[in-house]
Amino acid sequence: MSNTLRPYLNAVRATLTTALTLDNFASQMVERHNKPEVEARTSPEVLLQPLIVSRNESERVLIEPSVNSLRLSIAIKQADEIEKILCHKFTRFMMMRAEGFVILRRKPLPGYDISFLITNFHSESMLKHKLVDFIIQFMEDVDKEISEMKLSLNARARIVAESYLATFV
Amino acid sequence: MSAPEVFQLSMGPLTGVAFGPDRSQVAVSPNNNEAQIYSRSGDSWDLKQTLSEHDKLITSISWAPNTNRIVTCSQDRNAYVWTPTAQGWKPALVLLRINRAATCVKWSPKEDKFAVGSGARTIAVCSFDEENNWWVSKHVKKPLRSTVLSIDWHPNNVLLAAGAADAKAYVFSAFIKGIDAKPEPTVWGDRLPFGTICGEFASPNGGWVHDVAFSPSGDALAFVSHDSSVNIVYPSGPGEPPAAFISVRCPSLPYLSLTFTNESQLVAAGHDCQPVVFSGSSSGWAYSHSLDEAAASGSRALTPNATGTRSASGGGRLNSEAFNMFKAADTRGQTKAPVSGAGAGAGAIPVGSDGMLLTVHQNSITSVEPYEWNASGEVVKVSTVGKDGRLVLWPVSGKAPGGIAGRMANLQM
Repeated sequence: MSNTLRPYLNAVRATLTTALTLDNFASQMVERHNKPEVEARTSPEVLLQPLIVSRNESERVLIEPSVNSLRLSIAIKQADEIEKILCHKFTRFMMMRAEGFVILRRKPLPGYDISFLITNFHSESMLKHKLVDFIIQFMEDVDKEISEMKLSLNARARIVAESYLATFV
Repeated sequence: MSAPEVFQLSMGPLTGVAFGPDRSQVAVSPNNNEAQIYSRSGDSWDLKQTLSEHDKLITSISWAPNTNRIVTCSQDRNAYVWTPTAQGWKPALVLLRINRAATCVKWSPKEDKFAVGSGARTIAVCSFDEENNWWVSKHVKKPLRSTVLSIDWHPNNVLLAAGAADAKAYVFSAFIKGIDAKPEPTVWGDRLPFGTICGEFASPNGGWVHDVAFSPSGDALAFVSHDSSVNIVYPSGPGEPPAAFISVRCPSLPYLSLTFTNESQLVAAGHDCQPVVFSGSSSGWAYSHSLDEAAASGSRALTPNATGTRSASGGGRLNSEAFNMFKAADTRGQTKAPVSGAGAGAGAIPVGSDGMLLTVHQNSITSVEPYEWNASGEVVKVSTVGKDGRLVLWPVSGKAPGGIAGRMANLQM
């Protein structure tokens, strides 16, 4: 782990643990409904101040806590065009299968690449510290995954170019 | 101190808990629309009856010890009073007249009224109407600006405390003509028509008030709010600023529930998964110790490179005690070593090598209730329930004045 990644992830972990103090809270606006307040945004008093943890200008995490839900949006590092495409394809692949990931949101927030929505029902059915571990693990792995894909893409492009150009030699 | 008794009643959260008068029965809701009554046999609890009348999540249950009646309230906006008959518990509907979820319910000390807090920014104070044979309610509406999260009754059967999501704790009069005799004057006020506001308090940093509790005498009010503080108010008289407002700020995650064990001691529990004891008087309150000894000792015993260390510590050679102390001073502004049990800051709940927490509860504790009293009226055992489906009975060492037990309790710091 590089020198700046560890404090970044530690800051996200501390913020997330603190923000994951969720309760069951029925909607104040709609009868017999129970909605994630951070999405519904109908009662300002149950929303907390959103927080951005940022490693550099391209990598940051936005955490929006509320009384019964928490939205976490991640901006993934994209240094060049290839990484941009890879990141887009990768997050799209996951978000199309959002049910399988339980806490994944189908659409990211504008300006971010991927968003999670954790409600009190998730923190009741899953161990809270494991949820935090999962998010941190995801953040660690996604960078690795994308740079690996980039390497294999470059390698593949080289092989393709070589075998294509070999016919002209 | 003997070990706590742990019972796993459900896999999901328990959303209400109320013990029967002789503590041989308990009513809980396993996070759905049913309330279950368990009866104790030896070391386990057996399911006796399921009360299913609600059609949404039951949020709170209260059991009157003398009249032996249960009241349940739910997010379907209804409350039912259950009375025991030869064929089991029979429900009676309460005319709550609220149009949002009911969040909390509690019988008054004399058991002739109960109060229901709701998401409709209302508290319904319900009393029995002999003529029509149903429960009718009167509403407290005025200063409430958000969902009522908790309520508690003053021992005089008239005053009612409420904590709300608008970050305020209130004290009201719930005097109902024809049921209550004129109450004795208290520190909260002497003239108390229905709905009089006797106090309105907020914690210094704001935050939703998760629970309120009157002290056994009723002369002090404590509340816990989402800014991780425990606040105790000593009123001086009607219309005057309180004689003392003590706010204990904690480095832990927010507390969700609290209860007084005697005038100078209270137990609070919440997202930290362990009940902790605070003690003090009108001159000041302080963190005393955690009831969860395993967690308290576990956070000390955990070596810094164990898998579970969740504090923001670097690994390897830099992880000495001195280094961590300076680091805490640098990053969190803490000047002294953190108290064990209160945790080294938020998120420092000790985790065992098997990935489970070292605390008895594996998820947030949602309710702390007195379970057993001694001859002098002090609470010697409290019960807690959590989102992990566990019901735990904890012995509390009562702090006898000058007694060795009290001193030993303090020594743990």
